[in-house]
This record gives sequence, C-alpha cells and structure tokens, in this order.
Amino acid sequence: MTTPNQFQPSARQHAWRKFVSGAMAGLMLVCAAVVMAPIFLVLYFLIREGATSLDWAFFTQLPKPSGELGGGMANAIVGTFVLLTMAASIGVPVGVMGGIYLAEYGSERANSWIRFMADVLNGVPSIVWGMVVWALLVVPFKTFSAYAGGVALGLMMIPLVMRTTEEVLILVPQGYREAGLALGIARWKIITVIVVKTALKGIITGILIATARVAGETAPLLFTALGNNFWSHRLSEPISALPLLIYSYAVSPYDDWHRQAWAGALVLMAFILSLNILVRLLSRDRKFT
Amino acid sequence: MLPAGIRWPDISFRWLALLAAVTIGVLIALVGWELYQGSRMAIGQFGPRFLVSSTWNPVTDQYGAWPFIYGTLVSSAIALIIAVPLGVATALYLTELAPMRIRQPVIMVVEMLAAVPSVIFGLWGIFVLIPWLRDHLFVWLKTTLGFLPLFQGPIYGVSMLAGGIVVAIMILPIITSVSREILRSVPNLQREAAYALGATHWEVMRIAVLSYAKRGLFGASVLGLGRALGETMAVTMVIGNRPEVSASLFAPGYTLASVIANEFTEATTDLYLSSLFELGLVLLAVTILVNVIAQLMLRSLAGSGTGKIN
Repeated sequence: MTTPNQFQPSARQHAWRKFVSGAMAGLMLVCAAVVMAPIFLVLYFLIREGATSLDWAFFTQLPKPSGELGGGMANAIVGTFVLLTMAASIGVPVGVMGGIYLAEYGSERANSWIRFMADVLNGVPSIVWGMVVWALLVVPFKTFSAYAGGVALGLMMIPLVMRTTEEVLILVPQGYREAGLALGIARWKIITVIVVKTALKGIITGILIATARVAGETAPLLFTALGNNFWSHRLSEPISALPLLIYSYAVSPYDDWHRQAWAGALVLMAFILSLNILVRLLSRDRKFT
Repeated sequence: MLPAGIRWPDISFRWLALLAAVTIGVLIALVGWELYQGSRMAIGQFGPRFLVSSTWNPVTDQYGAWPFIYGTLVSSAIALIIAVPLGVATALYLTELAPMRIRQPVIMVVEMLAAVPSVIFGLWGIFVLIPWLRDHLFVWLKTTLGFLPLFQGPIYGVSMLAGGIVVAIMILPIITSVSREILRSVPNLQREAAYALGATHWEVMRIAVLSYAKRGLFGASVLGLGRALGETMAVTMVIGNRPEVSASLFAPGYTLASVIANEFTEATTDLYLSSLFELGLVLLAVTILVNVIAQLMLRSLAGSGTGKIN
C-alpha cells in the first residue's frame, strides 16, 4: 500500500499555481494597456480639438489682443525655428566635439567622469536652466532676448548630443583608424574624414533626437525668450515660441485662446513626431547603431 | 616624425575636443554657482529656517520653502506609486510574455509617449484629465475611501493628486524602458533553471527574474523620481498653485519648480527673487543627489557584468 508523498504537490495546488500565473499574466497585459492608453488619448484630443482650428490665419497671422477673436501663431512658429537654430549652433559643435574627445582621445578614467557628469547634467530640471541663463544673459544685458532663449536650449542639448555622438563613434571599427594611420594621415583628418563620416548618420540621428527633446521645452524659455506678441526684428529682443504661446493661451480664461492652444499643440506635436519618424527612417538602415 | 606643419592642426583639434568635453564640468559648476549667488541674500536672511518655514508672503517679504518642498515630495511620491508598478509590469510583459510580433510596436508606442512635450500634457491635463478626475475618479475615491484623511475635503479638480497623476504619465516611458533594459540583462540561464524546476510563468518571473533584477529596477525607479521632482510645466498647469500644506490629496498644492515658473518674472523685491533662487538651489541639490544615486545603482549593475550567475 502506498501513502501519498507529502512533498508531492496535490492536483489542487497545481491548479492554483497555474491560476495565479495566468491571473498575473492577465494583470500585466492590463498594465501594458494602461501604459499605452495615454498617448492615444493625448493624440485623439489633440486632433479632435486642434484640427478644426487649423486654418490659413493660424499660420500667417499674429496673435490678436485678448478678447478679440481670430489671429494666429505665425510669429511663434518662426520663433521656435529661430530658437532651435540658435540652440543647435551651440549644442551641436560642442556636443559633437565632446563626443569625439570621449570616443577618440580621453583616458578611461577621465571619460567615465565626463560621462557621469553628462548624465547628471541631463537630469538638471529645465526650469533651473532658465534661471541660470537669466542670471547670465538677461540681467547683464537688461533685456529678455532670443539669444538667451537659444543659449538655454543649446546648453541643454550639449550633454544629449555628446552622449549619442560618443555611442556611435565607438562603434566604428578600429581597423578604419589603423588603416588611416598606416597611410600616414594626420589624426584629426582620420577622425573628421573617416571616423565621423562613417558614423555621420548616427550623429545626425542624435542631433535630431536632441532637437526634438528641446523643441517642446517651455520652462527654460519662460524667463529667457519670454515671448512676444509681435514679430521680433532683432535677436536681442524677446521672441515668441510655440510652447510659450500654448502655455499662456491654455491658462488664459478665453475660449478662443483655448481653441488656438490646441491648434498650436497639434502643430508642435506634429513637428516633434515627424522629427522622431525621421530618426526612425535614418536609423533603420544604419550600419552602426 | 611628422613635420610641424602637420602637427599643429592635430594638436589644436585635440585641444578643441578636450575643451568641449570639459564644458560639461564647467556647466555643472556654473549652474551650481549661479544658483548659489542668486540665493545668497535669502540664505543670509532666513538661514536654515527657510527650509521648514511655511510662510510664503511676498507682501510682508517673508519666505519659507516648506509648502513647495512638501508639494514636490508628495506629487512625486504619488507619481512613483502609480508609475513604478505599471512600468515594471509593462516591462515584464514585454520581456517575458508578449508575443515577439507585438513587442516592437508596444515599445514604439511607449517611446512616443516620451516625445510629448510637458506643456501638451498640461494642456490635455487642464481640459481633458481634470474634468474627468473631478467628475468621476475623485467622486468615486471620496465615496469609497473617504474615511481616509487623504480623500476628504472639497473637490476642485486641480489638486495634488491631479499633479501626481500627470507626472506619473510623464515618467512612465523612462521607468518602462530602463526596466526593460534591466530585465533583458537577466541571463536566460536564470529563467531556464526555474522552468526546469517546474515553475509556472509567474513563479519564474518572481523567483528568477524579479529577484535577480531587484536592484536595477530600484535604480530605474530612482531615475524616474529624478524626472518627477523637476517636472515643471504640466504640474504647474494642474496642481492648483496654492502654497498650503494639506493632508487631503484633493487640495491644491504647489511645487518648487512651479512656484519658480509662476513667480520668477513677477518677483518685485530682491529678497523675493533671492528666495526663488534658493528654491531653485534646493531643487537642483535634490535632483542631482537623486540622479547620482540612480546612476551609481545602474552603473554598478552594468559594471558587474550581465552574464554573472550568483
């Protein structure tokens, strides 16, 4: 006669364990669905509320004074591009050169410090950048300016561009550099003509990602670029930007401004998403990822 | 030996690259120095009392940081309580359960969420999320959990809880993607060993995967916390902006970043401005500390090698 082994799990225990496993799997599926829901809800409302307000005037006219209907965000759209151009002219050279140093020159110890600091710098809240640039550029020149806004965004781009540049450069095979050295080419030429050129797509991808990141930034512009209801004729004047105008319209009490805030948000989102799609297309057939 | 004519571009190129790399260190020092300079007057005037005082009154020129520190901590805590379980569960689903075909699309959707600017979340928060929270979720919370002091008091819509929920949505992508990286680095041998012992899917995840990845997942959450603390625009638009310390999550609050965003250009006295700078300094110190902890946790993990079997 056999007695049931006390270490042998019973059928009921087995069924229970399978049930728990299935329930947890279901729970995780629900969690994944909840995580995916917000982006669809945001896009749905952006299109529903924004698309109806997109008209010719939105792209060509200046904002109307409060209370008046109509008007557009032409100056803010141009302003965003001006600010991004200035930001890129600071963030790209410094970031790419820094990335080159990390990948091509630096010692392991120095590099790990610089990388560490770049990651920490990435975590500095964007509002803090606004305060720092305000103290650096707005106070001495006694005016809010497009320069200050561009610098604030540019400084934020530096660590982003630096890290991605380094990441693609170290993927370029060592043999390429050695081949250059064997031909007696100067080091800087090897780096610019061979290494950077090989990894160019990856570097551009990194620059686009960084641009998309700062394109929607509002906080660092609040006390640097400030915003402007008219066209800015000089870079030493305050300038408008889409995120700034979206913010001030969204918190205003006017329905017509709310409508335009949605339209502006739709345009901004479309711009940022198209940058991201460009990144995907570029990195799809990239040799060095 | 290369002729001098070829050497000088080489040397200057190298120096240029070094200069760019060193900029990072200079920037960190610059940020810290500028904020310290700006806040010197407030530090001298209020001393350490600034951090614990609850008075924020520009009319009498009395300033204290406590309501903002409290608001930042509470909204970030709410965000983490919501986002960490959701993010880790999604990462688990993606690495352990999801059919291969749908993994990439789900990852893409989560990454798209990361691309949405803060101000758009704020806009959506004001006109879509807040009305829904006010009319449905908050009412339900009040009737079912109303015995807790957390869910008492009048419902305005704009509130600490709304701020926390918006921040939770915003840190979901980073927590999910870093967690996914961590879970992917768990060696397959771990899983196979557990399956060989007859473990179910969930038991494999619990015993072999989660316990192995515990530290990394904690690091991912700390990284999310770093983002949550500094979040500005979306929070400013939904949290209600009232410098009060209230037990109820339905009450409006205020965070360090939002008070700076709202009052910086309106600061009428030097001391007012300096106090705002000190709030910025506090925010910077806390976020840097949190980020350093996160980096160290994630880095030591990467350094220990991914194929390690304990």
